[in-house]
Amino acid sequence: MTAPDWEALLGRTSFIELDARARAGALLDDGTARELCGPFDHLDSPWLEPQGVVPQSDDGVVVVRGRLDGRPAVAIAIEQAFQGGGIGEVSGVKIASALSLATRDNRDGIPTSAVLLLESGGVRLQEANLGLATVAEVCSAVLELRAHQPVIGVIAGALGCFGGMSIAAGLCTRLIMTAEGRLGLNGPEVIESEAGLAEFDASDRTLIWSIDGGAQRVRTALADALVLDDVGALRSAVIEAVRQGVPGEHRSQRIGELRARVEAVDPAHPPEPSGLAAPAKGAPPEGDG
Amino acid sequence: MQTLTYEFPAERPAARRAHVGVVGSGDLEVLIIPADGAARVRVRTSVDGFDTVWRVVLERFFARHPVAGNYELNDFGATPGVVTLRLRQAIEESGP
Repeated sequence: MTAPDWEALLGRTSFIELDARARAGALLDDGTARELCGPFDHLDSPWLEPQGVVPQSDDGVVVVRGRLDGRPAVAIAIEQAFQGGGIGEVSGVKIASALSLATRDNRDGIPTSAVLLLESGGVRLQEANLGLATVAEVCSAVLELRAHQPVIGVIAGALGCFGGMSIAAGLCTRLIMTAEGRLGLNGPEVIESEAGLAEFDASDRTLIWSIDGGAQRVRTALADALVLDDVGALRSAVIEAVRQGVPGEHRSQRIGELRARVEAVDPAHPPEPSGLAAPAKGAPPEGDG
Repeated sequence: MQTLTYEFPAERPAARRAHVGVVGSGDLEVLIIPADGAARVRVRTSVDGFDTVWRVVLERFFARHPVAGNYELNDFGATPGVVTLRLRQAIEESGP
């Protein structure tokens, strides 16, 4: 995406406007999608109702088995409208189990890859410790699977990916974002309430997107591809990301490179987002900002 | 939150199960599980104190669309208009 391509912009089918189930289905090959642990299995959270919160029948996570470009795949989508995409005990275990089953497939000679659609505010506060524990399970399941087949993260927006699931995003083989998507360990409002308005103004959208936004994350190589919010474009990007296979070294393993980047920043004189260093190696093409 | 249950006369059976909507702000999730005899509705709503409004909205709906089955509604503050739209969408999906 170098200059705004108006034809593509006007002719697109928005991915962001789809709910989690439609997103997962839209990425997989036509007619191959089969949902696992769907709404009629009633795997909802046992912890929400006693706390006065209405549960959802799939606990906000949709797991769909199918094919991607003819190859076996599982798409796992978090529903951003339910509890801000918060991860609870059941929804977290659904993600971790789906990834583990994909790993088992690979051990049995079936090369199943995974796509994670990450729209999440992090761990659901009502299920605090259980949610944290399942995020750890999700992370170790990503690490197990990514040794066999790519685990592709997609952050399309509009919510973004924060908290526990941003750690899982960091472990993904490759990460695809739109300009509307955001990625950060702490969300803007959390930073503002903890460190004050001077540190981060959560109402300043330009500031937020200049740091957490997809264009910046791709520019600084914390994500790999910046894609237009379009069903076809995202599906092609995911297929391409899977086709590239398992890299010799994952981003999360390049500790030296990541540490050098942190050390280059002087907290007393923080750089402008535009001044943040693009990485030394594997520099992707510039996003259009 | 509040859990409400209702039963309405309905003779037309749902052909298949259906699921629409999401438990998000101003919206609700509707599940229909085919069952004979009546429309049995369980509503879990985040907004307390609207028992009568729910009864009237559902009564009117099932008078027009007497589709039998077990209905599960998980509501996050949907207005009566949205409730009716989601129910119509759900019976359309459960139809023949």
